[in-house]
This record gives sequence, structure tokens and C-alpha cells, in this order.
Amino acid sequence: MTKQMLNPVVDTVGVAAATPDEKQPHAELGLAEDEYSRIREILERRPTQSELAMYSIMWSEHCSYKSSRVHLRQFGQKNPKTPRLLAGIGENAGVVAIDENLAVTFKVESHNHPSYVEPKQGAATGVGGIIRDIIAMGARPIAVMDSLRFGDIDHPDTARVLPGVVDGVGHYGNCVGLPNIGGETYFDPCYQGNPLVNALSVGVMPRERLQSMQASGVGNVVILLGAKTGRDGIGGVSVLASATFSEDDDSDSRPSVQVGDPFEEKLLIECCLELFDTGLVVGVQDLGGAGLTCALSETAAAGDGGMHVDLELVPLRAKGMEPHDILASESQERMLLIVDPANVENVLARAHRWGLLATAIGTVTDTGRLVIDYHGQTVVDVPPASLADEGPVYNRPIAEPNDLALVAVDRAETLPRPTADEDIRRTVLDMAASPNLCDKSWITEQYDSSVFGNTVLATPHDAGVIRLDESTGVGIAISLDGNGRYARLDPYAGAQLALAEAYRNVAVTGATPIAVTDCLNFGSPEDPHVMWQFERAVTGIADGCQQLGIPVTGGNVSFYNQTGREAIHPTPVIGVLGVIDDVARRIPLGLGQTGDTIAVIGTTGEELSGSEWAWATHRHLGGVPPKVDLDHEMKLADLLSRLAANEQIAAAHDLSEGGLAQTLVEAISNSGMGAQILLPEGADPFTYLFSESTGRVLIVIPRGQELAVRSACEQRGLPITPLGVADAKTDGLHLRDHFDIGRAEIEAAWKGRIGAKLGE
Amino acid sequence: MARVVVDVMLKSEILDPQGEAVLGALPRLGVNDVTSVRIGKRVEIEFDDAVQNVEEQSQIIADKLLANPVIENFTVSVLDEDAV
Repeated sequence: MTKQMLNPVVDTVGVAAATPDEKQPHAELGLAEDEYSRIREILERRPTQSELAMYSIMWSEHCSYKSSRVHLRQFGQKNPKTPRLLAGIGENAGVVAIDENLAVTFKVESHNHPSYVEPKQGAATGVGGIIRDIIAMGARPIAVMDSLRFGDIDHPDTARVLPGVVDGVGHYGNCVGLPNIGGETYFDPCYQGNPLVNALSVGVMPRERLQSMQASGVGNVVILLGAKTGRDGIGGVSVLASATFSEDDDSDSRPSVQVGDPFEEKLLIECCLELFDTGLVVGVQDLGGAGLTCALSETAAAGDGGMHVDLELVPLRAKGMEPHDILASESQERMLLIVDPANVENVLARAHRWGLLATAIGTVTDTGRLVIDYHGQTVVDVPPASLADEGPVYNRPIAEPNDLALVAVDRAETLPRPTADEDIRRTVLDMAASPNLCDKSWITEQYDSSVFGNTVLATPHDAGVIRLDESTGVGIAISLDGNGRYARLDPYAGAQLALAEAYRNVAVTGATPIAVTDCLNFGSPEDPHVMWQFERAVTGIADGCQQLGIPVTGGNVSFYNQTGREAIHPTPVIGVLGVIDDVARRIPLGLGQTGDTIAVIGTTGEELSGSEWAWATHRHLGGVPPKVDLDHEMKLADLLSRLAANEQIAAAHDLSEGGLAQTLVEAISNSGMGAQILLPEGADPFTYLFSESTGRVLIVIPRGQELAVRSACEQRGLPITPLGVADAKTDGLHLRDHFDIGRAEIEAAWKGRIGAKLGE
Repeated sequence: MARVVVDVMLKSEILDPQGEAVLGALPRLGVNDVTSVRIGKRVEIEFDDAVQNVEEQSQIIADKLLANPVIENFTVSVLDEDAV
């Protein structure tokens, strides 16, 4: 760097060829010795400074998936073939067909590290980034969701991170005008120095509007659309996203973070959609984590293989930016367009009308090289595929954790549990008030859930449901779920449990699950134990999706989620998307009407390991997580969609964390109804109320439909157990022969907890 | 009475959407020769007479509450009592 100040001449390809022995900071940029040698081999000289920056970014874990790629191949190998899949893994986001006219694209992505450094802007730009992935496929974004994980709710840093993250998610989503239709929030000390912020966006498009990221057509013009380029998050991808936070993070090393502008993003959405509809765009790519570097190399590599760019044409916001700064900048709200020369004027004029900067910065060539000039001097001349597709691939060592057997025998089923009715009653209330189960309105009330007027269901329902088409009533349901504790006990089962829960949550609205996106949050891939967790989780998801018959369409991997040597629980977060033919027939949460029958479908076993009860009351994590039965989940989904279509079901709610007790608490609190419950004969009340056996759903059957529902269950071999009736006159929960809990007491326990903890 | 003024500005490399919006609106006033607008905030604090470490306390207030040091810089000026 010092050298540069003395010598203002930029490091050109010519200079690089003439000075082969010049020492380069490849190690500081995160490139290993052999990776650096490979770059020299590819280029047959030393890389220029700009090239070095580009390789360091594109070959970072974040962009190249170098540690995960060998395992992610399983998705391609095991994905069930479905005619619905129009674009899959490798695209900006997966696209699935809804009917003969409409397609939907959706994806979840992490923004964990930036959200720890600067919670509000980190989370906000996470939302902005995933929205641009949706635009890049040709779709209009129609909703967002967020999956959040923080440290212990009582830790002082949680009071810094949580409100900031929620503010950021809400700020960006609300300003850009997208409803937030659901998500999840969990607390666990393992996320103390490393919160997880996973954002999902979904968009809809006419099938023929699907866009490509190819820079094809020699002579076509490369246009940069949107915000000016500044010093935002320079080095963020290679340094920030792949660096572990040390405990004594001092202020001098605070990395520069990006700040987004949602109003600019709104203009980008409208402008891009207009350009797509008028057919003026040949190719499009969003500028995300790796800025121009990634967008240029990926579009060039996917297209005809060559591109020439004049970098000095890029509009800058900051003074004194060097070529490598411009290439690495992560300034938000930018898109790259490939446009036929005959249409350039038209595109620039339309962008201007939307108040957006648009600048022609280069052309597509057939040279097979990505050549970047800066004021007439060539600073980059590389084969684009060497950046985008041919990065290093590592098959990192894998080792089963040593404590696996010990953890497995440390079963929560052996913990002391309440037996007296009064103690069980107390436990129901304590659990309802616990951070992971309590009402999350403090968070979700900060989000606009209904802008656009197409939101059918949003939080606190099991899944978000959005209407796509007013004339047909067709809609989609999405749920985003993960459980780090289960995955810590058994990453294969934990990943499948998350998949099963998201699948079930979608089914519970009456929708039919059709596609999956995943966000895989793990510790350092250089730790063989973490790599083992990763391999098991990926295998679990791939096997699970194969069995369920729904493909993984895309997602994201986030490694290095750890503080010091302490990794987070392996946390695969799964998003499942379903389609519902008529949103008017969706199944809501609640208890229906007085006299409706309350029943549980599925079998309750004694499964308490990894449960919320074990954690909330004993701070215990051990044993074997609940068994997954995906075949059963498929039957359940089939049943629910049939009952919904026949209007034979008044309400339904998934049983998961906290078991039946928590499901009843939520159903009562959200419905204004009371429940009279009689547990099955011989059932142990504690186990029946708190076990987390999977594949269970609480359903409410309208009067007169009991026999039809029972026979529909029997046809599918699904066990159904009637538990009682809904009753508006009953105050809260009446558990016959055991105890009563009034509505006021339930709500006092369940509501207002988050705000109270944060001092509001 | 000690009076302190804290000025908070976004760091120069950070995007200022508010400033950009003002910059974009200026041509409507017929002002075309402005190249940059950055918007910050000014906070005035009055301390009780008895307080001794006004400067030190102001630094803490600014660093912990008024400014977000990750994306903002601040300056603390203790005003002369006569100036009040």
C-alpha cells in the first residue's frame, strides 16, 4: 500500500509481466500459497493488484463454496426430477412453475457476520441482497421472511444486536414495500458472539419472463444500473465474511460496512421489471457480496466467454478509489444488464425516467477473456471461468466428534420431571414464558405484513400465505425452520427434522409442498468435526428431499460462524414452498367455533431429548432427537390439503417445540376461544403435553365432519386421537381431571416477554 | 452550567441516503452546482453545575448512545460558559 502512494501508476498487466518477482499480499487477502501459485499458472505471470483482489474474492469460501461444493453435489444427484423446476442450483435463485402461466422464485441467504458488526445495516442489507437475487431471475419480489438466532436473551449484547437486527429487517422491508410474512426467532448462548440472520425473499413472474445471467451476443453492451460505487464493505467478502470474530475485537479493526437505501431498491425493482417486460435486456445479474468482480466474471463466464470493460466509466461516490477498490466494492442497489446496442438508448432513457443512474461500461466479446481497462491501461486480463467456476475445491478432512456417544446417552428422558398437577400446570406457564416459545409480536409488529394486500396468512400462523392471482385465487405458502439443538445432537436427523417441520408447516395451511431452499450455518470448515456435521446435514437434506419428492432449488452456505474456537450449533435452516389452488380455502390457526372437535393426528412418544422443556427447565442438551418419519409427513400433507379443499377442517396447528402444551397455548391465545381437553386414557400428562414427537398436528374439525375426517385418516393409516372440544365459554384451557388455566393467566405468561427483557 | 455540543456525522465512506435525496432535490430549486450533501446531527447537552468530568462523560454519552461508532464519527465540544 505504501508503495502505491509513492507510485501513482496503476499495476497493469504490462507492469505485472515485467515485474514477476514483486511481492504480493496474497496471504493477507486470504489466498493460500498453492492457490496463489495456481493463479500464476492460469495467467502465466503474476496477477496484477486488481486481478489478485478479484481472485481473492471469487476464491473465498463465500463465493467459491470451495469447502462445501463436494458435499452440495448430493443435491444435484438426489434431487427428484420435477417438471415444475424451471431453474435450479447455480442460478441466482431457484424457479418453480405454479401453473401454466405463473412461476415463483425464492431463496434464503445469510448475513450473519455483518449483522454482528452493525446489526441494523447488516440485517437491512441482507434483506436488500436477497431481494435483488429475486429481481435478477425476472420476478417481482412479493414477500420476505427472516430466521433469526441470538445469544441468551439476558446477555447484554443481545440487547444491542436483537433490536438492531429487527430494526434493519423491518426498515428495509417496510421501506421497499414488501410484506414480511413469517420467520422464526431463537435464543441460545451458542449464538452469543455470532448471531444468525437468514433472510428469505420470494417473487412471482409470468413464466416467459425468466431471465438469464448470460452475457451473450458479441457486441452487446454491459450496463451498470443503480447506485454509485463507493467504499462500502471493501474486502468485506474475503476478509469480513470469512474471518472469525476474536473476543477482544477492538475498534480500530472495525471493518467498513455497507449501508443500503431501500428507496433506491424500490426504483431498481420497478425499472428492471419494465426492462424485462419490454424485452430490452439480454442478460441480468445482481451485484451482491462480491460486487462488480462477481457480476462481471459470472455473466462473462456464463455467456460467450469474453467481455471488455472500461472501469473509469463506473460512477463513483468516493474520491481516490483505485481499480481494485471499484472491483471489490459492495455498494448496494446495483444491477448489471446486458443489452443489445440498438436498445441502449432506450434502456438508458427508461432508467433515467425511474431516477436511476445507468452507465454503459463495457461490451461482450468473443475473446474468451475478461479484459478490464482503467483509463486505457489494462489492469485485468483473465479467463472469466477461472474466477467464476474453476475456483479451488477442497475435500476437507471429516471427523466424527469425540463426544457423540457421550451426548447420545445423556438422555433428557431421565431428567426429573413434574408429576403433580399443580407442577405440570406451572410448567405449562413457565414454558409459554420462555424466550424461545413466548410470543414474538414485539419483533413481528415492527414488520409490515400486509402491504400489497395479498397476504393471506402471516406470523403467528405456521406458514406465510400469499395470494398470487386474484382471478384464480392461486397462492403460495412458505415456512422457514431450523433447530440447532436437534442438529447438534444429530446433524443428519436435525436437518431432516427442520425439513419435516417446514414441510409440515406448509401443509398445515392446506398447501402442497413443492420446493426447498436452504441456508446452512456452520462453524469453521477447517475443523473436521464441523465438516462432519456439515456433511451429515447436507446428506440429511438431500436424502429427505429425495424421499419427499421435492427438489432443493438453491440456497447458501455460511461457514466460520464461531467465536474463538467455539462453533455455533450446526444450524441448517430450511425453507419449504408450497402451492395452494385457492387461498380462500387455506387452514388458519386457532380453534374454530364452539362445539368443533379438537384432535391430534400422529403418535406421541416419550421424546424429550433436545426438547424445549429440557433446555428451558434444565438447561440440558443431550440424548437422541425425536425420530423423523418422512413417509408419514407426506401422508399428513396429503390429508391436510384434501381436508382443506373439502372444507372439512376449521383450524390446524403444527406440534413442535414445546409440544402439545405450547400448541394449545398458541391456539387459545390467537383465537379468543377456550379448549376443553381430555387426555387419552392411560396417557402420562407430562409426556403427552411436552414431548416433541414429530409428525403431529392439532386439528379442529367442524361439527358434522368428524366421521369424514376419521375415515380420511384411516384411509391413509394416520392415527387420530380426539382430545376435546372448542368452547367460547370456557376460560382458557380446561384439562379435565387435572387443572384449569384461565386465558388471562396464559396471556400474561406468553405475551410481552421480549419487550420486557429488552427493557421496553 | 456546562454546555456540550456533540456533532455526529456518517463516516465519509458510508452511503448517506438522506444526503443523496437532498442532493437530488436541489436542481428543482434551480441549484445545480452542488456536488455533495452529507447530513449529520447536532446534539446539545447541559450538565448540572456540580459535574466535574464533563468532557469525559460527554465522550461516553456520544460513543455509547448518540453515535454508532461503526458507521459514524463524532466530535465533542465543551462550550465556554460565557458563550451560553
